[in-house]
Amino acid sequence: MDIFLQQLINGLVSGSIYAIVALGYTLVYGILRLINFAHGEIVMLGAMIALSVIGLLTDSGLPGLLIVSLGLLCAIPCCMLIGYLIERIAYRPLRHAPSLTPLITAIGVSIVLQNLAMMIWGKEFISFPPLIDVQYFSISEATINSVQIFIVIVSTLMMTGLNYLVNKTKLGNAMRATAQNAEVAGLMGVNANTIISLTFVIGSALAAVAGMMVTMNYNVAHYDMGFMLGLKAFTAAVLGGIGNLRGAMFGGILLGIIESMGAGYLGTLTNGMFGSNYQDVFAFFTLIGVLIFKPSGLLGKAGGERP
Amino acid sequence: MTEKLLEINGISKHFGGISALTDVSLQIQHGEIYALIGPNGAGKTSLFNVITGIYTPDSGSILLNGKAMTGKKPHEMAKAGVARTFQNIRLFHSMTALENVMVGRHCRTSAGVVGAVFQHPKAKTEEMAIKNRARELLEYVGIARHANTVARNLSYGDQRRLEIARALATEPLLLALDEPAAGMNHTETNSLEELFRKIRADGVTLLLIEHDVKLVMGLCDRITVLNFGKKIAEGTPDFVKNHPEVIEAYLGVSV
Repeated sequence: MDIFLQQLINGLVSGSIYAIVALGYTLVYGILRLINFAHGEIVMLGAMIALSVIGLLTDSGLPGLLIVSLGLLCAIPCCMLIGYLIERIAYRPLRHAPSLTPLITAIGVSIVLQNLAMMIWGKEFISFPPLIDVQYFSISEATINSVQIFIVIVSTLMMTGLNYLVNKTKLGNAMRATAQNAEVAGLMGVNANTIISLTFVIGSALAAVAGMMVTMNYNVAHYDMGFMLGLKAFTAAVLGGIGNLRGAMFGGILLGIIESMGAGYLGTLTNGMFGSNYQDVFAFFTLIGVLIFKPSGLLGKAGGERP
Repeated sequence: MTEKLLEINGISKHFGGISALTDVSLQIQHGEIYALIGPNGAGKTSLFNVITGIYTPDSGSILLNGKAMTGKKPHEMAKAGVARTFQNIRLFHSMTALENVMVGRHCRTSAGVVGAVFQHPKAKTEEMAIKNRARELLEYVGIARHANTVARNLSYGDQRRLEIARALATEPLLLALDEPAAGMNHTETNSLEELFRKIRADGVTLLLIEHDVKLVMGLCDRITVLNFGKKIAEGTPDFVKNHPEVIEAYLGVSV
């Protein structure tokens, strides 16, 4: 029982981040039926750009919280632009190509971005400077810190906001209409290209924030951090039912909790044979399990739910 | 009003070796109810697709209110005032009736992404206006009680009406209806005819493809008959009804 609460908190925090990244996968999939494997790289770029800005400002004497906010404020528009350009340059020319072509392209874009990041920021781990005075709170035997609380709150706000945007606004209506039938939406005056660009831009903005959260949570960033994070968020999206927004949110948080529970109890259960370093295995076991028993995802409907 | 609303000159469209439309020309006046008839595969729906910007014609030109519209995209045609319904109903099936009509308001409203994301007052007012107008349109076509029903759960006749409401939401000058009475019984067809007259009275020009001869003859001002992608006759219902080529196309005998 002692580690249960702690692992639940850890799982909730990493799950919130997975959920935000998973939303990016699911938004794009909902509209284009494309798995944008480059999405994890946008998260990484968000973290890197934010850290660069923060690095420049560290000695400026500004308050720490302001520096961090400025880093995030620079990372968001940069990532939005990158997301827009990826769609415009790599995916749009392939709009009518067989679906395998854009998929391979997505993997290609992911590799290109990763290598570009390696050239710009190097192979070393970049650490998050100690700008914020982190507070620790204890709940019975578990602890939670202010950064973790911040991550959970911001994720919840973003998820609520996106849910509102997609389900209650004119833009969201146009997005759902395009996802269901792009041709007919066009006849209603909805410009499908604009909606698709916006989808990438919105997903990338979420990714930038997620990148910042990961760096704050683990205190480091690395050029290949987007790869594993992207795969896990993709797993979360599939777990909830890809194309389904609420599914991505639910799947992300569930995956975070499964993973951290697995990491917490694996050692005890196997008598020390496997330790918490097998954490990642849980994500992929979950993915395999879902693909075997409920391929449409926990909240997805057979035949593919659309947002 | 007697000016031309839509002018189509010498439209041809080929798919590989098959020519769907050959040198088709027609003019539709403001306030008319105009019908396009012809046997199956005559090119009626292809012509609709050209008019609504889904197909780009190989040759020929399209003018709307005297403005060249050839090669424009569907969303541009919608903005210019052409709306349509489909032979096989194409609603946004998992959205409610109200939301379907709200999508139709898209091209007539301005608040962009920034407004949608930050919900400034202007965007909020606009959202409300969109919703109210959508409700009015559901009322207009007679399915207001189903506003919050998901489209796929509506009856067939109501789905047809919803498609019309959604098309009207774009504030069209020209409403193109592809077989609106298909699969409807006599009573339903009659009430549909009434709806069309009401729409015309409110200033919208109608172009319809229809197989229900009685509906076409009673409702339409002028008719064009297509066969094998070519126009074989044009005129009033009486003229068309007695045209030898039309009789041949439908009955397959030379008179």
